[in-house]
Amino acid sequence: MTTLAEPRQAQAIERGLVTRVVDRLGGGVVQVFMILVALFWLIPTLGLLVVSLRGETDNNSSGWWTLFTKPAQLTFDNYSSLLASGFSSSFWNTVLITVPSTVLVIGIAAMAAYAFAWIEFPGRDTVFLVVIALLVVPVQIALIPIAKLYGTLGIFGSILGVVLFHVAFGLPFAIFLLRNFFVGVPRELLEAARMDGAPEWRIFATVVFPLAKPAIASLGIFQFLWVWNDLLVALVFADTENQPMTKALQSQMRQFGTNVDILAPGAFLSLIIPLVLFFAFQRYFVQGMLAGSVK
Amino acid sequence: MTERLDGPQAAGGGESAAGASSGPRETPADPSPNSPSSPTSPSSPGSSGGSPAAASPSPSTSTSGSTGSPAAAGPPVRLGPSPKLAVLFLLPALLLLAAWMIYPVVYSIWRSLYDATGDRFVGLSNYISIFTDSSTLTTIRNNVIWVVVAPIIVTALGLIFAVLTERIRWATAFKLVLFMPMAVSLLAAGVIFRLVYEQDPDKGVANAIITTIHDTFSSGASYPGARPRENDQAPAVVQDGAVVTRQPAQPGTPVLIPLVGIGQDLMQDAPPAKAAPAPGGDGLSGTVWLDVVRGGGGTLNQIDPQEKGLGGITVEAVSGGVVKATTETAADGTFRFTGLPSGSYVVRLPQSNFTAPFNGLTWLGPTLITPAIIGAYIWVWAGFAMVLIAAGLSAIPRDALEAARIDGATEWQVFRKITVPLLSPVLLVVFVTMIINVLKVFDLVFIIAPGSVQPQANVIALEMWRVSFGGGGNQGMGSALSIFLLVLVVPFMIFNIRRFRRDEG
Repeated sequence: MTTLAEPRQAQAIERGLVTRVVDRLGGGVVQVFMILVALFWLIPTLGLLVVSLRGETDNNSSGWWTLFTKPAQLTFDNYSSLLASGFSSSFWNTVLITVPSTVLVIGIAAMAAYAFAWIEFPGRDTVFLVVIALLVVPVQIALIPIAKLYGTLGIFGSILGVVLFHVAFGLPFAIFLLRNFFVGVPRELLEAARMDGAPEWRIFATVVFPLAKPAIASLGIFQFLWVWNDLLVALVFADTENQPMTKALQSQMRQFGTNVDILAPGAFLSLIIPLVLFFAFQRYFVQGMLAGSVK
Repeated sequence: MTERLDGPQAAGGGESAAGASSGPRETPADPSPNSPSSPTSPSSPGSSGGSPAAASPSPSTSTSGSTGSPAAAGPPVRLGPSPKLAVLFLLPALLLLAAWMIYPVVYSIWRSLYDATGDRFVGLSNYISIFTDSSTLTTIRNNVIWVVVAPIIVTALGLIFAVLTERIRWATAFKLVLFMPMAVSLLAAGVIFRLVYEQDPDKGVANAIITTIHDTFSSGASYPGARPRENDQAPAVVQDGAVVTRQPAQPGTPVLIPLVGIGQDLMQDAPPAKAAPAPGGDGLSGTVWLDVVRGGGGTLNQIDPQEKGLGGITVEAVSGGVVKATTETAADGTFRFTGLPSGSYVVRLPQSNFTAPFNGLTWLGPTLITPAIIGAYIWVWAGFAMVLIAAGLSAIPRDALEAARIDGATEWQVFRKITVPLLSPVLLVVFVTMIINVLKVFDLVFIIAPGSVQPQANVIALEMWRVSFGGGGNQGMGSALSIFLLVLVVPFMIFNIRRFRRDEG
């Protein structure tokens, strides 16, 4: 026994040593590789930020990376002239489009998801499969028909039209997500409430909805980011006075070379809010996960 | 399969399930950036779906149970609300879905059978021209390239990064950096990459890096336009683009190669040319210089004190048409060969000295535009793939991996034979999500491709917009293209439905 065991142990130790050495060496390679990858992902955005903070002549004569040797190039001129040029109105249009789209999707989808999860009705499964099928329907399919419809209704070009479009196309995912969450709410909670004779809308509002906060938070941020970052829908349905930032910037793309001093700060302004929100909600997501698992 | 998808869910991976949900999700969301959300989405929906599922026996039981339980509970109370109530809860959503998604599909099918203005019925001719018109064929070809290349690279990179993040301590920071692009609009990503791909290496970081690398590995400077004087006295002549001495080098006499045709301003900082010291017995030496004196004067074909040496030029010693030795001029223009076998040599400056300097790649030109945009797409989406796959990875039972390692499997074998197979459901979800997304790619192409190369970079989703809104004015064709796009995603619609049914049991 011992004689058998000993060499095996020695072998194991030896192998352990070898793997450790290999790991150490490999670990170094992995570290370097991952640092390079991270730089690869950071540099383009950093470039945008730096370009947005340099004057036009500097941008035309040298690369943004020269900032590190000549920090004196930094200036906020691009930003102040951008804001002076009326860009801020497109910022407000973005907000006016994004906030209602997000709130409406959450409300409407939560009601539908509740019905799919907790109310018996004939054909429920079939209807839900249709919702799942709609998940992948491309936005393009609706551009022409809805443009025509909006023309008839007289809301073509308005913020309302853009909002409704975003709400409709956000619904399949929203319903899918919330329904899957609602289904996981313990039955006993609902049945207890129903026993007590609480009306269905009150169970929805006081039992299920509050429990679903984590799911609603994540749905909210998805929808927010989607609408905030949308270009195509705005391009078709928003006219110039109602255009969000993405469309306003797109219209400057034609003369990219000469418009860098508008495009770079504009693009950076448009991405800063999603980015902040994204990092802030990161924590919220974790809390939601923990809360979910405790319950 | 199902179990594994669920597994991660329950295990706090949650995210893999999210993967499932976010997959379809970003789709409706469509090509646009919102997808950024999806990477995040994984965590929460997953958690949401997953943890309760883990808590209660299983989600499916509770659903199906709800059907059975009133009956099972037996006689009396009907606890569930009436179906009529369901109508109230569903009405707003169903109205919107019917009017904004289902009606458009029907309308588009009908509209695609009519001509540009909608007045004349043209049957299937719009569809026929999709497959016969050369510009739409380019568009379809580009979409094929996208679908074949992008999803595989994104999934593979996601897998590699996910596995490697387990080996670094700053994994969280790495993940944040990689999926940050998903919070950014595709418009902003497009602007970012327009800057990256600028042609001028002094502006675009891609060409700055490439030219730096190129210049490190290719020796020598470049003097485009430099040439010998074209007269009989000039000691060197042009031959096939190279500059060659007229006479074989005389032993003991330095070779003189005077050149002209370079702006003196470019040479201001160069050191003055020097006469090379006379070579030894088996050697050969000489000077390459700019035989022009600022402001005129100086002797032709002689090295005058103000004249500048041409450094970094490749010099070849040629005997009988064969290159016997190669060297490079010093900053003062002098060069020297030693230890040459005896024979008669001419000195040649190969053409590479006179070609224009390497200025990087034309990323935004017609040939590279699609690969360049795919590069930007990968930058946006690799983080999404990584986060989903990492969640799946964290749910793999460590025991299985450890057992294999103890049995002597190498890391590569563990990866190939255990990790990848166990991850295959998640990989499939990521891959399919990427395909759906790629089919609808619009913003990046629209923003990154300059107007003049958009025909070469075109994809179906962009062509649909161009034809119907971007000046084309042909809504019949636009409708046909949108139906074509819809048909392309139908297989994935079925995939999603099947997966859902299977997961629900």
